[in-house]
Amino acid sequence: MPPRTCALCDDARAILKRPKTGQQICKECFFYVFETEVHNTITEAHLFKRGDRVAIGASGGKDSTVLAHVMKTLNERYGYGLELFLLSIDEGITGYRDDSLETVKRNQQQYEMPLKILSYDELYGWTMDAIVSQIGKKNNCTFCGVFRRQALDRGAAILNVDHILTGHNADDIAETVLMNIMRGDIARLGRCTSICTQGEDTIKRSKPFKYAYEKEIVMYAYFKKLDYFSTECIYSPDAYRGHARVFLKDLEAARPSAIIDIIHSGEAFEATGSVKATQKSQQTCKRCGYMSSNELCKACTLLEGLERGMAAAAVTDRARAKLDAEGPAPAHLRQIPLFRLPETVQSNHVDPSVSLPAQR
Amino acid sequence: TISLKVEFGGGLELLFSNQRSHRSSTPDAEIFKAVDLTYLIFWLRDNLLKERVELFIENATVRPGILVLVNDADWELEGEGDYELKDGDEIVFISTLHGG
Repeated sequence: MPPRTCALCDDARAILKRPKTGQQICKECFFYVFETEVHNTITEAHLFKRGDRVAIGASGGKDSTVLAHVMKTLNERYGYGLELFLLSIDEGITGYRDDSLETVKRNQQQYEMPLKILSYDELYGWTMDAIVSQIGKKNNCTFCGVFRRQALDRGAAILNVDHILTGHNADDIAETVLMNIMRGDIARLGRCTSICTQGEDTIKRSKPFKYAYEKEIVMYAYFKKLDYFSTECIYSPDAYRGHARVFLKDLEAARPSAIIDIIHSGEAFEATGSVKATQKSQQTCKRCGYMSSNELCKACTLLEGLERGMAAAAVTDRARAKLDAEGPAPAHLRQIPLFRLPETVQSNHVDPSVSLPAQR
Repeated sequence: TISLKVEFGGGLELLFSNQRSHRSSTPDAEIFKAVDLTYLIFWLRDNLLKERVELFIENATVRPGILVLVNDADWELEGEGDYELKDGDEIVFISTLHGG
């Protein structure tokens, strides 16, 4: 095939065919449209205001590395006026996380951003290695996800930031839409395409790469020669998301715009009145102070299960009831330290019904 | 023979003796078959791939989620598997199938 010229600048050699639009564009134009689209996503969603302190959830992987690079670029180019931080969670997975953390430390040097690393070990007393050796490889992703969500909020509270950014890309969100459909999780289906999630008692969390294709993120990193770590988590091969991912990749091969189209379908779903009524109202965990739909938050529930040697029992509500039937938790079990929101979030929220338990 | 530089990224190098960069020489075009990218993919499977074929090849092409670059350009611009290899070409295979 003859070499093609860029459809945008009509000058340089085309090096990429954009899955979203089918356009054939050159390297410089690709950098520009990729970065500008993220900028547009950010401004249309009004994600930031001047002076915001923003933590980028950094794993050392392709998405978070490119996110850190693009955020730094856009912050400077458009004068967002943000203070950017890198926040990394160490789940304690030997051979996976310890290597990727080295990448994050290099990112810290390269992008000149302060870095905070928080580990499951210091927070919960359990590494993922220890958890998997107790419960095996089924449901371990549940533990990791629940623990990581809390860990990110706690890390952000320590850094006193207003906002957490994660590198979730269009493929991830389309997979999540499919997963929620396949599992009949209507409540999540109505929420999972939001670009920014904010509860009353939580730190804002946004996904600037919501419309960015994974393929483009990888190409961006390749052409910009960005340093990232790339291996599958050793505990994830049996994860349910794998089915959605394989399906999505096949859909993309047949019709590349499928990914963005699935997201648009997902955005059209909204919980109907009758479904909303069945959702539990939000409370605060009576043990650690984090947000919860029950008396105890999911992380405290899972931790109790691990500590009492009945970890597999803590995962579903029905199994939780069985755990409770065994009797109350013995005293002196390891607990998660008390959670306090950063001052900036606290000052926006007043909740007279909450009284934090006394210091232990 | 046609001399090529082949690179693996995004974790794929683990299937190819943990080596990112390889220099290969493939045979010239035969009478009935051109030496194109599809040929190269199977040639790599037969000569360099050390394990887990299904992580590299699916349905007579690379597994969906693996990007292919020919001389730093998306293979979709060059006809994908039908691109005919030339001496000195650089082919890069990058997997996107891992955590971000």
